[in-house]
Amino acid sequence: MTNQALDPPYLFPDLANSVLRAPAKALVMPPPGYVESTGPVFGSGDVRDSDADLTVHGVGEPIGERLIVHGRVTDTFGRPLSGTLLELWQANASGRYVHKLDRHPAPLDPNFTGAGRCLTDADGNYQFVTIKPGPYPWRNHDNAWRPAHLHFSLFGQAFTQRLVTQMYFPGDPLFFQDPIFNSIRDERARKRLIASYDHSATSPEWATGYRFDIVLDGAAATPFEERS
Amino acid sequence: MSIVYPVTDVTASPGPTPWQTVGPFFHLALPYSAGSEVAGTSVPGRIRLAGTVYDGSGEPALDALVEIWQPDQAGTFVTTQGIYEKPDGFRGFGRSATDSGEYEFFTVKPGPVPTIDGRCQAPHIAMSVFARGLLRRVVTRIYFPEDSLDMDPLLDSLPQARRSSLVATPAPDGYRFDVYLQGDQETVFLDVGGR
Ligand SMILES: [Fe+3]
Repeated sequence: MTNQALDPPYLFPDLANSVLRAPAKALVMPPPGYVESTGPVFGSGDVRDSDADLTVHGVGEPIGERLIVHGRVTDTFGRPLSGTLLELWQANASGRYVHKLDRHPAPLDPNFTGAGRCLTDADGNYQFVTIKPGPYPWRNHDNAWRPAHLHFSLFGQAFTQRLVTQMYFPGDPLFFQDPIFNSIRDERARKRLIASYDHSATSPEWATGYRFDIVLDGAAATPFEERS
Repeated sequence: MSIVYPVTDVTASPGPTPWQTVGPFFHLALPYSAGSEVAGTSVPGRIRLAGTVYDGSGEPALDALVEIWQPDQAGTFVTTQGIYEKPDGFRGFGRSATDSGEYEFFTVKPGPVPTIDGRCQAPHIAMSVFARGLLRRVVTRIYFPEDSLDMDPLLDSLPQARRSSLVATPAPDGYRFDVYLQGDQETVFLDVGGR
């Protein structure tokens, strides 16, 4: 069931573009059905190994601080979710997206597209190699800047376990004015969006490591054991 | 206007990872070329399912992403393939962006599947809509006008005036299903658990 303390509300007037898009009527709870408690199953044909490394698709290396971002995907019982598709997109080191609607006058990086994907392994673990995105301005309010973030999309094992979220970096000075980060009104839940610096994942002479564990809510119809 | 939120320092509590908006820039990662092909051209009974996502001012949302999930005509779910491979078959999943004004899928009409506690339901497709300005997705169901809708437990629980928002309308090549995020015609959105 939707938890108002832990989910962002639909209507959050500080986020200007929520005002005309937030549903106003109460959500309806349907009888639990098999359509929502099943979901697409992913396999090796959905990803290539190189899809998890966002730094290898250009002629040369992208500009920026090279990162290893890894973590574990579990359900709310702590059980690892294997074979879950993660999709990642982000701005480049100067805060610019490869997108026709991004008007931020910061340079594109010919060696960085900013999209990746991978599947979790048998223990629910995933790992991406990328570069640290820059913050960017976005006109929501006066002098509005998004804290540096990675966008993540996850499927879990059922339609109900679907999650789209954003990962932030510890100590970002822009948190105080960001309505998207602060739309999570429970501060202890909001902290779950912040990765931790992970020195054990940092690769000597090569890349800094961050850990971002992801917990998916919602149940799958079939017993967990049969789907792993 | 400027915004200032209080900054405190607490430790994260265990629990589900919260939702955040998909934002306006997902196109570089999420839509894919065969995303509309829930059923490939060789699948018998292939239909087109399309529609527009409207905001509260009646304007089409041109930066929304729509996903659907459904069983095949026999009510069977695909469990053996992913979303990118085997685009010629039926895969049950589709993803379409609305930047041209409409989302669009090529699929088949699903067969009926019961509730988990065994009650009959009318055939339906599960739909998620993501967009800039939606801090988390909205979820709905698409039903079909020619079916016996009175026996469906979800539709039966809704006031008559709101039921029609979940029923597709016939189109020359299949069906049309528009989504109204807000306003007098607001679509019935569902709390399916999870976040
Ligand atoms: Fe972003």
